[in-house]
Amino acid sequence: MEKLKYALFTGCTAKESTPEQMMSTLAVANKLGIELVELTEASCCGASHLQDYDDFLSLVLNARNIAYAEKHGLTMVTICNTCQLNTAMTKHRLDHNAELKTKVNEKLAEVGLEYKGTSQITHFLYAIIDDFGLDKIKEMVVKPLSQFNIAPFYGCHNIRPSELQNETHKNPENPYMPTSLDDLIIACGGVNVNYEEKNKCCGFHAELQAPRTAAVLTGNAVAGAMDANADWMVTPCPLCHLKLDTQTHHASVAIGREVSLPVLHMQQMVGLALGCTPDELGLKHHVTKVNFI
Amino acid sequence: MDTIKTQQVTFKVFRFNEETDYLPYYNTYVLDVTHEEVVLDILNRIKWDHDGSLSYRRSCRHGICGVCAIKANGKGILACKTRLFDLVETFGNEITIEPLSTKRAIKDLIIDKKDFWDKHAQVKPYLVSDIEEHPEQEHLVSPHDAEKLLEADYCIQCGACHYSCPALAVNEEYIGPAAFAAAYRFSADVRDDASIERLHIVNEEAQGVWDCVKCMECAQVCPKEVNPIEKITKLHNMVFEAGIAKDNVATRHAVGFAHSIAKHGLLDEGELVRYSEGNIGVLKHVPVAMKMFAKGKIVLPWNMPKADKLDEIKKLIKSSSTVKF
Repeated sequence: MEKLKYALFTGCTAKESTPEQMMSTLAVANKLGIELVELTEASCCGASHLQDYDDFLSLVLNARNIAYAEKHGLTMVTICNTCQLNTAMTKHRLDHNAELKTKVNEKLAEVGLEYKGTSQITHFLYAIIDDFGLDKIKEMVVKPLSQFNIAPFYGCHNIRPSELQNETHKNPENPYMPTSLDDLIIACGGVNVNYEEKNKCCGFHAELQAPRTAAVLTGNAVAGAMDANADWMVTPCPLCHLKLDTQTHHASVAIGREVSLPVLHMQQMVGLALGCTPDELGLKHHVTKVNFI
Repeated sequence: MDTIKTQQVTFKVFRFNEETDYLPYYNTYVLDVTHEEVVLDILNRIKWDHDGSLSYRRSCRHGICGVCAIKANGKGILACKTRLFDLVETFGNEITIEPLSTKRAIKDLIIDKKDFWDKHAQVKPYLVSDIEEHPEQEHLVSPHDAEKLLEADYCIQCGACHYSCPALAVNEEYIGPAAFAAAYRFSADVRDDASIERLHIVNEEAQGVWDCVKCMECAQVCPKEVNPIEKITKLHNMVFEAGIAKDNVATRHAVGFAHSIAKHGLLDEGELVRYSEGNIGVLKHVPVAMKMFAKGKIVLPWNMPKADKLDEIKKLIKSSSTVKF
């Protein structure tokens, strides 16, 4: 197989509050022989909030990020569900609206760039599954996670709206019955745990504006995984990770029940199975201690 | 002639009678279903052939009245529009049929939708306009202006989004996606005179658009492709455009992204929280921030990374900004 190569859009958290996510992404890419070219010019995607303030500005900035991936002639790979949604949604809107695309390109021309629509955009989870292949990962597992019950937490922005899933992925998943993360857990030798909240919202985006709502949703998610006998949770989204890892105190108060589980990034789980060390995967950067390694 | 395909499906149907039952229970029916049947056909067969007391709402059978909305394996659907085979493809051949809200069940699949209609009424879901009783000519709306209303106008008030919204499930004050779509529908109408009044209603904290958790479920579940969350985003935009955005944590949180990107290209997470909450409000985040700092999860201001070619980003923010706060 030809070596896989992507333009990596890291997003902001990988550079700030989830350094372990960046570390584990690079460690896993290295193990799998995937080349990642970091888009160092990329700006923040707006995280679905900038668009509330200024939708057009957010389109221009996201189109600029995609234009840099196009310059490399590469598929853009994201490592954050919200980056994935905002970037893929920008592509969707520009590719389906010539007038809007022209308007955005008028702005990009001021800095010598053009959005063409030539690069695909995919989350690293799907790059691994669609392009690299689960069977090959299975073959490469040296430390199967067979002793663990693992609760997948999908994160809204990878699975909804399915319109974008259908455009972006070879095997689009059903938001009401997602399977990608479950399949990845099984490929890593783990036992996937089924629970109602696995495709629900963690509350991250309303944390400041609606703290109680956000805390209850976090609490429900962790409680759901605990009640299904999970040893830990795994998520492809660093924002879900932040919420589930750092906000369990507020969550426990909000739902009136002590909840807490270690939460791994999808990359960390794959890394463990592939034999990366806890240090390489940044496991010490978690607030809820990863106590099983 | 095409052959009719059949398969056996197990239905677990929610049963509850407000007047006689203390707790709900589920009845199980095993039926052979054909590839042509929709969920409403199955409900009819259960009622006609197995248990005449099963209660559910149905009317148009064409996906336009919205009364037959229920949940199948947690997914909000119109019973008359959803093929069984599609559900089986997604969920396997055990299908759980429940009302849109088990909390609000009156009898079996029939719920009390009062909360839904109350939220609708709250946003004045009608055209407010001084209309001449004897106009000399028609009041024309240009195709361009009419287009803005199309998606929102498709809403059939089935409640699928309302009863799938996680923000509403926690916060009863929240107006919710269906009523927001209606608020957009009328506020975006060029003939309407109550736009600002409605925007004030959706701009209030706790009940307004700021409590949206952005889960996208309303867009996903809607059987008419109204895309409520897109209308919620538009309401956010309209609040800023109308210049009525209040200076509070919610608005500063949205505006803070623009400030941060203009400075670093990236989002300064710590500064966003400080800017949104204010110098005093930010203190409540200190305990968690200290835990995060101990784990190397906080970047101090002087170490804040910057995007390459930041001058490009600054230039674009200057030239492409469409609103001011």
